[in-house]
Amino acid sequence: MSPSFLFSQFMGGLTTAMFLFLIASGLSLVFGVMRVINFAHGSFYMFGAYLAWQAVQWLHPTGGGFWLAALLAALAVGLLGALTERLFFRSLYGREELYQLLFTYALVLILGDAAKFLWGTDQLSISTPPALAGSVQVLGTTQPLYTLFIIAIGPAIAFGLWLLLNRTGAGRMVRAAQMDREMLDALGANVGTIYTGMFALSAFLAGLSGALVTPIQSIVPGMDVLIIVQAFIVVVIGGMGSLWGTFWGSVIYGQVLSFGILIFPGFSLFSVFALMAVILIVRPWGLFGRPL
Amino acid sequence: MLEVSGICKSFGGFRAVSNVSLSVGTKQIVAVIGPNGAGKSTLFNLITGHLQPDNGTVRLDGREITGAPPYRICRMGVGRSFQRTNVFPRLTVFENLQAAFLVHHRRGGNFWTRAEDLYRDDTAALLASIGLTGQERTLAGTLSYGNQKQLELGLALASSPAVLLLDEPTAGMSASETHETIRLLESIAAERGLTLLFTEHDMEVVFSIAQKIAVLHQGRIIAEGRPEEVRADPEVRRVYLGHGLTHTQ
Amino acid sequence: MGPIRAAAVTVAATAPELRRRTTAAATVRRRRAVSDRIPWVAIVFLVMATVPWLGTRYDTFLASQIVIDALFAVSLNLLLGTTGLVSFGHIAYFGIGAYVCGILMKTYGVPFSVAFPAAGLGAALFALISGYFCVRLIKLYFAMLTLAFSQIVWAIAYKWNAVTGGDQGLPEIPYPNLDWMSAIPGFGDLSIGARFYLLTLALVAVALAIVHRIVRSPFGRVLTTIRDNPERAAFLGINVRLYQLAAFVIAGGFAGLAGALYGIFSRGVFADYVFWSKSAEILIMTILGGIGYFWGPPVGAAVLVWLNQVITDYTQYWSFVLGAVLLVLLFGFPGGIVGGLDLLWRRLKRLLNA
Repeated sequence: MSPSFLFSQFMGGLTTAMFLFLIASGLSLVFGVMRVINFAHGSFYMFGAYLAWQAVQWLHPTGGGFWLAALLAALAVGLLGALTERLFFRSLYGREELYQLLFTYALVLILGDAAKFLWGTDQLSISTPPALAGSVQVLGTTQPLYTLFIIAIGPAIAFGLWLLLNRTGAGRMVRAAQMDREMLDALGANVGTIYTGMFALSAFLAGLSGALVTPIQSIVPGMDVLIIVQAFIVVVIGGMGSLWGTFWGSVIYGQVLSFGILIFPGFSLFSVFALMAVILIVRPWGLFGRPL
Repeated sequence: MLEVSGICKSFGGFRAVSNVSLSVGTKQIVAVIGPNGAGKSTLFNLITGHLQPDNGTVRLDGREITGAPPYRICRMGVGRSFQRTNVFPRLTVFENLQAAFLVHHRRGGNFWTRAEDLYRDDTAALLASIGLTGQERTLAGTLSYGNQKQLELGLALASSPAVLLLDEPTAGMSASETHETIRLLESIAAERGLTLLFTEHDMEVVFSIAQKIAVLHQGRIIAEGRPEEVRADPEVRRVYLGHGLTHTQ
Repeated sequence: MGPIRAAAVTVAATAPELRRRTTAAATVRRRRAVSDRIPWVAIVFLVMATVPWLGTRYDTFLASQIVIDALFAVSLNLLLGTTGLVSFGHIAYFGIGAYVCGILMKTYGVPFSVAFPAAGLGAALFALISGYFCVRLIKLYFAMLTLAFSQIVWAIAYKWNAVTGGDQGLPEIPYPNLDWMSAIPGFGDLSIGARFYLLTLALVAVALAIVHRIVRSPFGRVLTTIRDNPERAAFLGINVRLYQLAAFVIAGGFAGLAGALYGIFSRGVFADYVFWSKSAEILIMTILGGIGYFWGPPVGAAVLVWLNQVITDYTQYWSFVLGAVLLVLLFGFPGGIVGGLDLLWRRLKRLLNA
């Protein structure tokens, strides 16, 4: 195993990691505040991808306009998230978690078929935006610019979320809600707005990651249920509701998957699930989370 | 009977219970009183194994039970009622008590007999003695608050405990319900020869039935003794009882 | 147990009090309604048994699926409705049962009479190992760990080509030898599929009878106390985790039996059977019927299999319909079908009595 081979495995792992972080951060955010696992998060991600494809078709059928399309798709999914919270999820607060879980699963079923209905079952794809279409040589390996962009955007989003949670009034309320839901009421905060906002932000992040994945992965039905499991694993490893935990959880996941292939060929999937199980057994609140 | 010595418990730097020692003699009725947050519930949770003490020991009949899991402490003959009412809401009143008997007689590992047919007479008798006859088929969750408290007492009694710990047995009750409950408690304790340790906010109740009172303040016992001694203690009067007490009886 | 035992409970028992107690016990005993005496369950099973003769091949196919799903859903409900544990990975035990039975019969030529119980034991054993860790966690964390274990099973099934066939699965699992059925009058003309259906029906009937018995036993009663209030249950002297683990193992074992039947019925076992979304589907089936009732999940199984068949005649968007059904259920009928019927029945009775 040459150093450049190891480096390229490492970069591959890091790309996976930063992608997953984009998706998992939203999942973790909603869990932290509402104590709910949102299975539909994967569906939001898938809708982000399809909507980005759709927007590209409308904007520039020739293939340009990727960035605007990605932003529009993410905003539309964010709106979808807000509506979901307002119309349905709100009435499930305080119900048993089984009902909350199954509600989000009902969304998975409905949105999954809605996507099939709207966009069919064929694979769709978007070409890489021209500015990032090239590649560069790093340590004897060829790195596509787009994957470097993904690797850069992960920490950027993490930092942005950190600023939002720690440097704004709304963010402080969210963190208060993470510590103690009753405290929010005591603060006299408008809990409803905060919950809707969190759901919208979380869906926006899912939609954004779905849109950004399109240049390197084709858009297919079923991408929703595949991604959600991976996002769960990341969040469980890092710690539900912890921003930096989710970040490092993604990094660990990416590297375990990337190097797991070398150590147990064919069983890298097994190794990440096993890692998740071990973490849940030893530290159910995750590597960086706090016990509930 | 029950011997707590030098028990301590901190929660993240806050000393909820600090070096508390308390001894409860056989068939004695002992009250632990103190302002809210004095550590009464924590003390109970330490005795019944719901919390692990940082330090100190709990002995039952000379046997050390410190930090044993709750189910084991219960099997050794400690019964308990909780401050927040704690019954099995989706079972009927009858099923609640029947379950308690099943467990007490160690029939829980029986996968084959019909549970419905077991300990019916014991259950009916206990129902009568806690005053819930006629409510057998009511779902426990739909009972009135006072009745739920009675049922909870029944759950604790079904395991024929030697020591009964009651956390605020009359909390949230009206004056007449309180009176009724206390009368019931007294008669049951006398009938069964129970050792009783309870916390209570109603001083009238405390001074009417307790043979011994321990006063807990900020996690420490500041006074302990017969009711009249405690009543006369200047420290107790200063931090807790205030001036109104002499008029309550 | 007479008045003597009763007197041991309350020492000072006066005569009127004793009389009151005896009547109380009698009223409780005299509570079985007329509708309870009609052997509904036996009737339904007998009707189901006529399907190979009175129905089409397709009816037999649907009936097989209903019967197997019914057992699977009942095993899940032992956790969900009886013990109050939300497992999001119950498919793992079903899958293990299917693989154990399939591998034994196909690869090693073991007869069904051995492979079938082995499937149940295998699933129960894995439930014991995974459950040991799961019951240490509460609520959502429990659900997540069960999900994690089921995905481990899926990953193994998907990748361990040598044993599970990997993504190709294990096709062509043989039917058990059911030639002996020809000796029974009227069975001679039945196809092997129909015979296997009848065997399935009989085995499931026995399995359901056993689970029913367990739910009504003292053990089952203890599980319901844990469901309602684990903290209080512990202070009745119940080792909560031990009982939860026992329920988990039993539920896993019966799920394994259902899986074994399913593998043979569907002529193969594939990794897709074990994917996590299947756990969600069986949860839907269970709550659709009603988790508060023993016969809720089988009703849910029947309705869902039937609905699937009707809907897929019209549209390919079955998931959409299932999601919509689930929404209606969550927001309108949290008690499920049986819960809704029960409520209706009681209202009717009250109307008639008034």
